[in-house]
Amino acid sequence: MIKALFAGLGAMCLTATATWADVSVNVTYLKHMQPRPPVLSNLDPVPEDEGVGGAELGRADNATTGQFLNHVYDLEVVEVPEDGDVIAAARAALAESPYLILDAATIDMQRIADLPEAAGAILFNAASRDVALRDEGCRANLLHTIPSDAMRADALMQFAVFKRWDKLAMISGPHEEDLAFAAALKNSAVKFGIGTVAEKTWAFDADMRRNAAQEVPLFTQEFGDYALLLVADELHDFGRYVAYNTWVPRPIAGSEGLRPVAWDRVVEQWGAAQLQSRFMDLAGRDMTSRDYAAWAAMRTLGEAVTRTNAGDAATLRAFILSDQFELAGFKGRPMSYRTWNGQLRQPIPLVSERALVAQAPLEGFLHERNEMDTLGLDAPESNCEVFQ
Amino acid sequence: MKLAALPLALTIALPAWAGEIWVTNEKDDTISVIDVDTLEVTRTLPTGERPRGIIFSKDYSRVYICASDSDTVQVMDPVSGEILHDLPSGEDPEQFALHPNDRHLYIANEDDAVTTVVDVETRTVLAQINVGIEPEGMAVSPDGKVAITTSETTNMAHWIDTETRQIFANTLVDSRPRHAEFAAEGRELWVSSEIGGTLAVFDTETQAQKARIEFAVKGVHPDRVQPVGFEFTADEKTVFVALGPSNHVAVVNAETFEVEDYILVGRRVWHMAFSPDKSMLFTTNGVSGDVTVIDVASREAIKTIKVGRFPWGAATRP
Repeated sequence: MIKALFAGLGAMCLTATATWADVSVNVTYLKHMQPRPPVLSNLDPVPEDEGVGGAELGRADNATTGQFLNHVYDLEVVEVPEDGDVIAAARAALAESPYLILDAATIDMQRIADLPEAAGAILFNAASRDVALRDEGCRANLLHTIPSDAMRADALMQFAVFKRWDKLAMISGPHEEDLAFAAALKNSAVKFGIGTVAEKTWAFDADMRRNAAQEVPLFTQEFGDYALLLVADELHDFGRYVAYNTWVPRPIAGSEGLRPVAWDRVVEQWGAAQLQSRFMDLAGRDMTSRDYAAWAAMRTLGEAVTRTNAGDAATLRAFILSDQFELAGFKGRPMSYRTWNGQLRQPIPLVSERALVAQAPLEGFLHERNEMDTLGLDAPESNCEVFQ
Repeated sequence: MKLAALPLALTIALPAWAGEIWVTNEKDDTISVIDVDTLEVTRTLPTGERPRGIIFSKDYSRVYICASDSDTVQVMDPVSGEILHDLPSGEDPEQFALHPNDRHLYIANEDDAVTTVVDVETRTVLAQINVGIEPEGMAVSPDGKVAITTSETTNMAHWIDTETRQIFANTLVDSRPRHAEFAAEGRELWVSSEIGGTLAVFDTETQAQKARIEFAVKGVHPDRVQPVGFEFTADEKTVFVALGPSNHVAVVNAETFEVEDYILVGRRVWHMAFSPDKSMLFTTNGVSGDVTVIDVASREAIKTIKVGRFPWGAATRP
């Protein structure tokens, strides 16, 4: 078990005497505005610059390191309106630089990845949690820094198993995102041996004429008894009215209550307090999961440039997918990319409004390679074939 | 009762005076003072917000405390426990090192990406040096010519010429460097990397890496083996390394760079300090809120002492 490595680790042994190339890396953050259906409460507006703030902080972090190594980082933010042509915008960006962070719909990410201009590029998905993008719908040039729905669901189910909450009920909304998260939760319940989940769909229609809070007791009465109520309400429409209004008093989790996230303002361990305050200084608001994913994408490029002293996409991609790559992501474990589908493996904080409740992978969930691979699609589960 | 008992206690305690270990409690805003002889907490002293780095002046007449969230370095009289004054430190001071001249404090300002040099006598800032993101580890060479700052997110050791106060070299290390120490009479620089899970040893003359030490604790996932603080024994032949959430301290042979032993301590072990005679080692265990006492000769944990919430830094007062 005891081992010591001695000098001669050439690749890592970079010193001041080494000569540094002038490397310049330009990254485009491409944000395609998405339609936002109306929600019941406007208490928590989605920040206009969500994601962009994270990318900017990542650039600044890279630049601070770069100043000692003659490495320069630029970030261009391109915002495409809802009815704008995101593919044309991607083409234009790829003509300038092969590094692109995407905040767009799943289908558009695939179209962009399939562009001839994108061959050999490094694209980051910093927005879509769609499991298909890590499965048969994956692309070889598309890495994912945002956790998939499967990773989030698995994190939550590990907690349910840990708490021995083995009887689950679920309310899901009618939107595509709600259904995708609900499907991931159901899959995960099977994966971790909890079994089936009693499910109802929230449709606030002619049968529901009182306000949401008044409807919830009756709506949840049919579930009978259960240990935990899952809420799949990714647009944050009705979910906020569920807590304390259920027929039987039970905790809630999912899109509301105990939430599995990439990041949240309550994460403060592992040096996270420093990242939070840097972000607050820069953006004037709390850092969200999408900000974190954009930050991680920028930092991935920065880390690869720092360690390889190169700026070309082929060298960087090879390094990013090698076992030498590790990203310190303020979540207590070194993060790296899954070589079978390009997903950034990372711990998933389980947060309440006011505190970090737990962080997955939870203790006791073991894996032959890396405990973080108990979250989301593992190599044998993923049908992604084009990746390497 | 207490007052009446005091003279008696003093007469008994004096011959056995074996010194004290001072521990900063990050989330209690206090210092716990441990008597090395009785292995008990004898005093709890209030400090500024989020105390972390702690260091004594050469003659032990002053103790300097990084009060991170108060954005200041506090100067305390260790006898009375009173704060004498604050030093201008720059924002969010985390760790620092005292120059051999006993006057210049080199302070890592974690939120600001600078190293601040403060004259403790004139209480003025002599220089601020731009370094990488989240500077933390600080060390000054025994001859006083070189200061080191390690930056956690930039993953570098910055080599600062103390005369010109300019960086003259930068060396990359593994992820999240936390602590730096000069060894072998200044011929070596040791740097721990928390997320990288390694200790790097550099030749100070050439700044070239001469060794990289890895750790493997039985039954603990490698991701949780996170080297943070470390200290050398009096003969500099052995180094004790705190391994964070693996809850172990490693014992490393400083000549062969081989790991010889692992000692189980409290949860999330951060930093450590030796008793004045270097026979005992005191580790701060952040999560469990206690200090483990290790017998250096037998390499065994002999006692656990409850301190405040999230103990972080440790310093010896002989």
